Amino acid sequence: MRRPAPRSALSPVEISIHSGPHAAREALVLLLDGLTCLALEAEETCVVRLVVAEMLNNIVEHAYPDPDYPGPIHIACHHEPDGLHLAVWDEGLPMPDLQAPLGLPQEIDRPICDLPEGGFGWFLIRDLAKDLSYQRLAQENRIELRLAVGLSSPD
Amino acid sequence: MEVSAKTEDRFCVVSVLHERIDAAAALEFKDAMRHATASAPPVVILDLHRVNFIDSSGLGAIVAAMKHLAPQRALVLAGLTPAVEKVFTLTRMDTVFGIFVTLDAALTAYRG
Repeated sequence: MRRPAPRSALSPVEISIHSGPHAAREALVLLLDGLTCLALEAEETCVVRLVVAEMLNNIVEHAYPDPDYPGPIHIACHHEPDGLHLAVWDEGLPMPDLQAPLGLPQEIDRPICDLPEGGFGWFLIRDLAKDLSYQRLAQENRIELRLAVGLSSPD
Repeated sequence: MEVSAKTEDRFCVVSVLHERIDAAAALEFKDAMRHATASAPPVVILDLHRVNFIDSSGLGAIVAAMKHLAPQRALVLAGLTPAVEKVFTLTRMDTVFGIFVTLDAALTAYRG
């Protein structure tokens, strides 16, 4: 059941942090704090946490692979009737082939010793996010996506 | 990453005392599991009821723990919170692990 009362509009949230092992945690504390006025349900918050964590972990691991040369990560977020719109950009290495990974499901019907221990990140992002786009602009990677959370009630 | 381990005859229970197994904690979790299960009996019950978030790195670390214990010992999971269960369901890893709703249910099953 959706909440009937109209919600307060979210002021756009902007976050800038540095890449590093705790980048995702730092960003999530700031982002979720900025989203409190949306009063997201637990399951919706879970979607936000997962997608943002996976995106930031990817940036830390692949865009800024050398821990001696960290770089900035920016997140901008605003709320519309169809959900949360997120833009995440960094100044690190481009994605391979200038494309965001397809994130195909992992093959798991196999013996335990052959089970994959990685490669779930982009699958989760693609599964949970809508309208995902990736652009390499000058020296920046920019991903935009929508999360169908905090939807307006149809009335 | 702190875990506590309790061993009975046929199984041991490893409880994760932290609230998340994410990218920053995944390596520590793997090390802690290795340490806690070094002389474990045939079944290891991983009690996750305090964990309210895992990401794909945390999932990978749990899979790694299972692979490390195999083939002599099995890793089963207990007490998944909704956010943890969601990651297992989305990735279909819930079909790979034995999963008990609560630690009590797992204890009942293995004390038999």
